[in-house]
Amino acid sequence: MDGRCTHAVLLLLCLGSCLSLTPPAQPFVRQEKASGLGSNSSKGGLSLDVPMALRVFSVDYYHVQAPFEIVLWIMLASLAKLGFHWSGRLPAVVPESCLLIMVGLLVGGVIYGVRHSAPPTLSADAFFLFLLPPIVLDAGYFLPGKLFFENLGTILWYAVLGTLWNVLGIGVCLYGVCLLASGSLGDVSLLHCLLFSSLIAAVDPVAVLSVFQEIHVNEQLHILVFGESLLNDAVTVVLYKLFESFLRLPVVTGVDVLLGGCRVLGVGLGGLGVGLFFGLVAALTSRFTSRAQVIAPLFVFLYSYLSYLTSEMLHLSGIMAIVTCAVTMKQYVEANLSERSNTSIQYFLKMWSSVSETLIFIFLGVSTIQDVHMWSWAFVCSTLLLCLLWRATGVILLTAVVNKVRRNVVTFRDQFIIAYGGLRGAICFSLVFLIDDFPKKRLFITTTIVVILFTVFVQGMTIKPLVELLEVKRRKRNLPTVSEEIHSRLLDHLLAGIEDVVGYWGQHYWKDKFEQFNQRYLCRFLIREERQARSSIVRVYQELERRDERADEEHITHVDVRCQTRPHLLEEMDSIRRILTRNLHSFNNKLEVVTKVALSNIHHMFADVNILQKQIPAYSRHTLHGTPAAEGRKPLRRHQSLGGKHSPWSQEVPDLSHYSETYPTPRNRRRPIKTTRRSRGLQGQTPQPRTFMLGRNNSLDPLEPSCPDPQKLSYALDNKT
Amino acid sequence: MGSTNSTLSKIPNVEELMRETGFSPAHIVRLYDRFESLDKEKTGHLRPEDFGAINRLAMNPIGDRIIGAFFSSGQDTVDFHSFVRILAHFRPAENNRPRDPSLPEPVNSRISKLKFAFQLYDLDKDGKISRAELLQVLRSMMEMQVTEEQLESIADRTIQEADLDRDDAISFEEFRKVPLGDTLTLTQQRVASK
Repeated sequence: MDGRCTHAVLLLLCLGSCLSLTPPAQPFVRQEKASGLGSNSSKGGLSLDVPMALRVFSVDYYHVQAPFEIVLWIMLASLAKLGFHWSGRLPAVVPESCLLIMVGLLVGGVIYGVRHSAPPTLSADAFFLFLLPPIVLDAGYFLPGKLFFENLGTILWYAVLGTLWNVLGIGVCLYGVCLLASGSLGDVSLLHCLLFSSLIAAVDPVAVLSVFQEIHVNEQLHILVFGESLLNDAVTVVLYKLFESFLRLPVVTGVDVLLGGCRVLGVGLGGLGVGLFFGLVAALTSRFTSRAQVIAPLFVFLYSYLSYLTSEMLHLSGIMAIVTCAVTMKQYVEANLSERSNTSIQYFLKMWSSVSETLIFIFLGVSTIQDVHMWSWAFVCSTLLLCLLWRATGVILLTAVVNKVRRNVVTFRDQFIIAYGGLRGAICFSLVFLIDDFPKKRLFITTTIVVILFTVFVQGMTIKPLVELLEVKRRKRNLPTVSEEIHSRLLDHLLAGIEDVVGYWGQHYWKDKFEQFNQRYLCRFLIREERQARSSIVRVYQELERRDERADEEHITHVDVRCQTRPHLLEEMDSIRRILTRNLHSFNNKLEVVTKVALSNIHHMFADVNILQKQIPAYSRHTLHGTPAAEGRKPLRRHQSLGGKHSPWSQEVPDLSHYSETYPTPRNRRRPIKTTRRSRGLQGQTPQPRTFMLGRNNSLDPLEPSCPDPQKLSYALDNKT
Repeated sequence: MGSTNSTLSKIPNVEELMRETGFSPAHIVRLYDRFESLDKEKTGHLRPEDFGAINRLAMNPIGDRIIGAFFSSGQDTVDFHSFVRILAHFRPAENNRPRDPSLPEPVNSRISKLKFAFQLYDLDKDGKISRAELLQVLRSMMEMQVTEEQLESIADRTIQEADLDRDDAISFEEFRKVPLGDTLTLTQQRVASK
């Protein structure tokens, strides 16, 4: 492990130095070409100044500079992530965000050392327009809808009132500190303090996500903190812009403050509306994608991004728009699109958000290395303290009120985690750069950096031990069962019925009403004809069946003893089609891989037969050949691969008898069925040409395939640590 | 609210009712008003037809079973006391106070609620949910959305998941083990407010 660690660090340092050695951006030389036609201007690589010597080899860096550097940064981020996961015990102790910031610090230091000037900082535009949307989209798409809406009241309560409380409290107290230390901080006015507090008080969804993902608290707690971090964007945006515009106004009147209050509502609801609109349009578009399935996932991303950009354009809350868009379109899109497309969507979302998050944290580290830091002990320390203090008091007070109306009480332990889990992140960082310049701006930047580093490092690292120490209720890891789904549904109906008897229009009444509206109008309009009406019970049931099929294969390949001791059972089963395949990548061609084809009555047998793919035709951009349907809606973790232990490809049972003639029968048939070490055997070896073979037989007459089945290949290529 | 006391005095044995069910006087009054509004003919009893008049309940897939649960012991009328007793199942349980094991099970404890839900399945009251009963419930909940075969396989799977003693039916003990979360309560505020 140590060797790998050192390799990783060395590699990162190399990359860092590459980045530092790239010359600072120069105006494109090509511009001259346009202006100076016919003149002897240098055209980048092939320099026409020296007409005699024709260069064989030349380096034209400026031509590719921008994309090259972007790719280098992304590569650095991804390699850092890889290195992190290979580094043994470190992931258990230090959250990933901390390590990434440290890598950023390292790289920033290297760049600074080489270039003697400040390394590139994270521009606010790049952050808000390119890095933030994928993360928020990913969060919105995988948001547990039911839980979110059940707790919506509480979440809004925390988000709106909590943020207001924090902002006002921290702002006023900071102003008090500035007055007290008027020697050094005298020129910081109240509005400046309020502006600063409006950006520092907000909990950051990126940081919260990345830390909470690793501590596995119970879902309710998770959704409370996370929902709050998403929804407080509306309040933060408005307050920030409000105070900024107040700073520019000569005089601030009461009317302005009132207008500001209305704006909060407008921004939030506006973002919601924009998101809803684009979500419904996306759902409608997805209805018609059956003939061009390959680009269907693209619509999801395009529409979500459009909703974000539109609301940013209108100065509404972009985060709320994109989350609403994702939540709205999810159920219709998933019903309309094929399994493959759904898998692509999920996979790409995870990938992009992962890269984005890594980049953000690395840039946070890099940007810390600045030329000029203005430091003030009073300001920085008081900010830190006030942040913690006001958050704690805010949470306690708000919870005391909200517990009176809630069913599931927010316990004191939960409150502690909510208060402690209020991490600040890159949003504050970008916002602080956007402030209009004034003498103490550098101080604000430094303070923001310190607060972010403190919350991410100290709070991020200690929250996991605290969760275990306080014995906060953890997430149950049960698989959903059909019984649970049925009984929940029955109880929903029951409670709705009782509410009708009592005459109260409660939560269940509205839920029921919405469900009816959904079924009657929306689904009919937005979902394709043949995909209508898949009850949630049926969906859970189908997903569980799929999981069972995969689980049964797992058993077979991992336990070869069972196979060897029961050959008679295999022979008895006429319905099992068994193919023995050969693994051509083994050194002596002796390893065999058992593959199976899935059948209907899975639970009666422990051996399934898998069908390998037919020979993959030539590359075609318009269709996705070969891989059959992917899995259903298993929750994805950011760091795991799609499908975790199981391969994403499930099986189909096509009619393949006509393929058996094309391929020769194997020489040795009754070989004992050995297993391969999946990951070891296939990794690192170039895949053979895809001549998959199939066979279908009712007895144990195996045909000879010549390639490992794709399931194993994809499993091997998955990110398994 | 000034009429609370006057309304309370109209109800016989109201103190005992409050003690037994745990409802506050305000709740009792609300429920009494509701009872009277349902009881169109002012007989002091409710019949199944009165429940059927509630429109939304008629559209509920298990509406008839819920109505049936009110008329539990073969009677065809429900008086106010039984009405309140059954609704008392849905009061939120007080989990904080440690329960005295010698006292009888409170009427709104989690177990009682689960028993109530169990009775919705178990129409013939033999203490088990048989496959046929499960199929009936599933059919009424999912109506036209699935084929008969899918219904059967879902029912099979449900029984397979929950049935521990392999008697092809779900007893109450097995039913209790299904993780259902805390979906069984209506808050007091909700019952009282409107």
